[in-house]
Amino acid sequence: MKLYEHAISETVEKIKTKEIKSCEVVQSILERIDNIDKKLNAFITVFHDESVDRAKYIDQKIKNGKPLGALAGVPIAIKDNICLKNKRTTCGSKMLENYCPPYSATVINKLLSEDAIIIGKTNMDEFSQGSSAETSYFGATRNPWNLDRVPGGTSGGSAAALAANETIGSIGSDTGGSVRQPASFCGVVALKPTYGRISRYGLIAYASSLDTIAPFGKTVKDCAILMQVLSGKDTKDSTSVDENVPEYEKLMGNSIKQMRIGLPSEYFSDGICPDVKEAVLKGVKVLESLGAVIEETSLPSLKYGIPAYYLTATSEVSSNLARYMGIHHSHRSKKTKDLIESFKTSRAEGFGPEVRRRIILGTYALSRGYYDQYYLKAQKVRTLIMNEYLNAFKKYDVLIGPVSPFPAFKLGEKINDPLQMYLSDIYTITINMAGIPAISIPCGLSSQGLPIGMQIIGKHFDEGKLLKIASVYEKNCNVSNIIPNI
Amino acid sequence: MKYEVVIGLETHAELDTESKLFCGCSTKFGSEPNTQTCPVCLGLPGVLPVMNKKAFGLSLKTAVALHCEINQFTNFDRKSYYYPDLPKNYQTSQNYFNIGNNGYVDMVVDGEERRINIHNVHLEEEAGKLVHPEASDANYSLVDFNRAGVPLLEIVTQPDMRSIEEVENYMQTLRNILLYIGVSDCKMQEGSLRFEASISLREHGSTVLGNRVEIKNLNSMKAVLKVLAYEMTRQSSLLDDGKEILLETRLWDDVDAVSRRMRTKEDAHDYRYFPEPDLVPFWINQEWIDETETAIPELPVCRRQRFVDELSVSDYDAGILTEDKSLADYFEECVAISQESSKELSNWIINDVLRELNEQKLNVQDFVISPKMLTELVEIKPTIGSSIAKEVFAEMVNTGKSAPVIVKEKDLTQMDDTSELNEIVVKVIEDNPKAVEDYGLGKKNALAFLIGQTMKITKGKANPKILTELFKQRLSSISK
Amino acid sequence: MSITNEEMDHLSDLAMLKLSAEDKDLFTKQLNTILEYFDELQEVDTSDIEATSHVLPIRNVFREDKVEESIPLCECLQNAPQIKNGFFVVPKIIDTE
Ligand SMILES: [Mg+2]
Ligand SMILES: [Zn+2]
Repeated sequence: MKLYEHAISETVEKIKTKEIKSCEVVQSILERIDNIDKKLNAFITVFHDESVDRAKYIDQKIKNGKPLGALAGVPIAIKDNICLKNKRTTCGSKMLENYCPPYSATVINKLLSEDAIIIGKTNMDEFSQGSSAETSYFGATRNPWNLDRVPGGTSGGSAAALAANETIGSIGSDTGGSVRQPASFCGVVALKPTYGRISRYGLIAYASSLDTIAPFGKTVKDCAILMQVLSGKDTKDSTSVDENVPEYEKLMGNSIKQMRIGLPSEYFSDGICPDVKEAVLKGVKVLESLGAVIEETSLPSLKYGIPAYYLTATSEVSSNLARYMGIHHSHRSKKTKDLIESFKTSRAEGFGPEVRRRIILGTYALSRGYYDQYYLKAQKVRTLIMNEYLNAFKKYDVLIGPVSPFPAFKLGEKINDPLQMYLSDIYTITINMAGIPAISIPCGLSSQGLPIGMQIIGKHFDEGKLLKIASVYEKNCNVSNIIPNI
Repeated sequence: MKYEVVIGLETHAELDTESKLFCGCSTKFGSEPNTQTCPVCLGLPGVLPVMNKKAFGLSLKTAVALHCEINQFTNFDRKSYYYPDLPKNYQTSQNYFNIGNNGYVDMVVDGEERRINIHNVHLEEEAGKLVHPEASDANYSLVDFNRAGVPLLEIVTQPDMRSIEEVENYMQTLRNILLYIGVSDCKMQEGSLRFEASISLREHGSTVLGNRVEIKNLNSMKAVLKVLAYEMTRQSSLLDDGKEILLETRLWDDVDAVSRRMRTKEDAHDYRYFPEPDLVPFWINQEWIDETETAIPELPVCRRQRFVDELSVSDYDAGILTEDKSLADYFEECVAISQESSKELSNWIINDVLRELNEQKLNVQDFVISPKMLTELVEIKPTIGSSIAKEVFAEMVNTGKSAPVIVKEKDLTQMDDTSELNEIVVKVIEDNPKAVEDYGLGKKNALAFLIGQTMKITKGKANPKILTELFKQRLSSISK
Repeated sequence: MSITNEEMDHLSDLAMLKLSAEDKDLFTKQLNTILEYFDELQEVDTSDIEATSHVLPIRNVFREDKVEESIPLCECLQNAPQIKNGFFVVPKIIDTE
């Protein structure tokens, strides 16, 4: 087994016991990136020299017997919408092509204080807007299972890099499915946490009331390890939660006997690809065989998830992206000397078509005369959706469904039809509307050999339960051992 | 005037905090450009705001002091508009759930009580500052974000004012209240207090509001009064000519003394407010409101009345004393220390202390004569006389020494020993036969001359009352 | 409910976003398709429903009024397209007509 093939847990263990050196792991990863990323385009920036230097520093620490962090010497790839001090952070946009933030995100500081190595910044849909990692100014990322297919979005780079063993662990962000869908398309695990569980400070906002930073792992255990590092109240993020963070790893692998699992019919409705339905139901059967109690249920308001989500998200986008006007940190057009024209042209040049489209849609939804009908209505439907979920959790420990109605689609297949692209998010967005956690775990391959993801959904702060069920499933199916051949 | 004027005022007051509303940057005025900034107040990608507790508390305090209904659930909203001094191109402000609604300010206009209703009080963030280069051909402007994010309180009246005098009175009354409750330093030259006015005219007796003109960015009370007078003339002549008043925003040009139409499109007013997702809502419980209420000092209107009722100060003097909270505090401190009459103390403050403060351009807190020192002077006055007391006051200002020390050092205690004075009187009469003769002839200034001579000898220490009595007795016995 | 060409111009002004002729045509068409689909939202009865803008019931998160160090001027200005004497430079602003 190559060093780059290892999971976080194995890598840390081997580094700590001096079986291998962090330098060797980093070297192995960098070579892997150099060899295959031309094909994948999973990275926007790779930190060659800095990673080697840091690995040497960690190795020295080990040699000197200094106390070590939970991620000692482990390369981690970071989605390029998370700020890293004085390193280019682009958000996949021309608008921030050369932007170097003068500060680091809270999660970056947490990773570094646990001795992780930031190996590079990964490709993504521009400003996290898209569902395929195709809207990036830096070109589309490709799916390591099939280079003609998308890796999913918006954290497509983080998912593809991890699946292709270009990193040991990776971090993305999830606003409407942006870690879960690419995880399912690329055959890795991703945990979208409860809103507020992980600080958003330093995460470049897409839709603030929905955005979460989220870990990817080759295994469920890796997700648990990263969750442990990333979680917790941050005084810089008013919306982060002052709630005890359990020891996730200790919750894993225990019995799931008598666990009550609901299968919402809305997750298995028309439009679902038969392969996906079959794989997920097969996964559910496995859980049933391990003692879980399965029951069908219904959450009728989920039907309105797409409009409610997209009106909310685009409204927030129109506001969050107003700051990019070419004055203090973003692209400025060279075409004009007039102030208003400069604003307008800089923004037109800096933003790609999907971002422009969403800014216009969100501006419309908030504008005078339409606020009640669109934005406010969406927030009320959001209440209904959240209440239905919370009611369901009075009856069930978790809900299970697919992550996406279909496996990875072809590049270019949906990019010119925004509504079709939006509809592909049907199974993930309502979870963000409710702020609840969900994990995406591989549950098989389609007839075309593409990974399929199963989604386990829990109530607020029930990440531990999701990790437990996912780990039990993982142990009994060995699905995470299937890796792409690239 | 043919028309009735209807005026509403928005006041922006920078709150008196050490740090900005959403970040730890200093609010200190006058630093080098962009040196008091951080990712948060620059609105850099990825940053989040965290509410300054003191700024929130000061806003609540103001809302309570202005008799507002407090929204127990209060929330912040984003107000979107594009301007280069606004780092995020939205201002975090309040729209749907302001801290306070439906308050009022009571004031006295021409001896009559007037109530100006407050529509709302809300908290928001300040913008940066634009600098326009002097050279007229310069094709750029400069932006400094040091002020960006300073906590700003907005106080919006109903269109309740009906004359420029009322507007002036309201601005002063409000400024006083803000100073009194200690929420803002209200330094207009530093932009801590700014106004926006809306003004419309209508036929007397009409109940419909005319088209209103909004005037932005008025940095002094004088500018407010000037622009309103200008607008009254401009609008009434338009109406006289049968023309329509345009709903528009205008800016005041202080140099040319005209208002000019601002370059804004109508949709600039579509602010697209929606709840700020990056701040959590705030819940103000009754306990917090009660605590705030208790912490609010007596407001100027009440204090003035109390000075009249309980401290026998004239209404006029009470008005002067309470105009400045620190002056009123100074007065009350004096009253608390001294047994002397509050009337006497108030006279000293209004005549002598205020004159010195004006001359030296000082705040009373920085005045060399403390309340204790002033009371000592007033207490020692009967032993030195009024005119010497004035000299001692001047000496206190110059040297910072206390009145008893000065009186002792200069041996200024009044001579009121009759027999001692009598000896001098006898000698002065002997030395000035001409004056004595004049007195006999009925020349009244002869007495003043003789008293003056005596004062010279006693270095002004002779008790003038006793002295006058002695001269009168002796002179009348001579002329008999 | 559909967006007209005129409204598209208005939205372009409000959003401070220049739209090319092709953009306008394409977006008008696409957004109308999207909005038509979104109109199913209007069938939901929300008369007694409160809007949710924050999913968790967190209240009153404050920081103390303490001064913290600002960032160095060079970091403040490091991403600006144009600077002068410690200021950000923008095209000239003309406020009045
Ligand atoms: Mg305002
Ligand atoms: Zn700051």
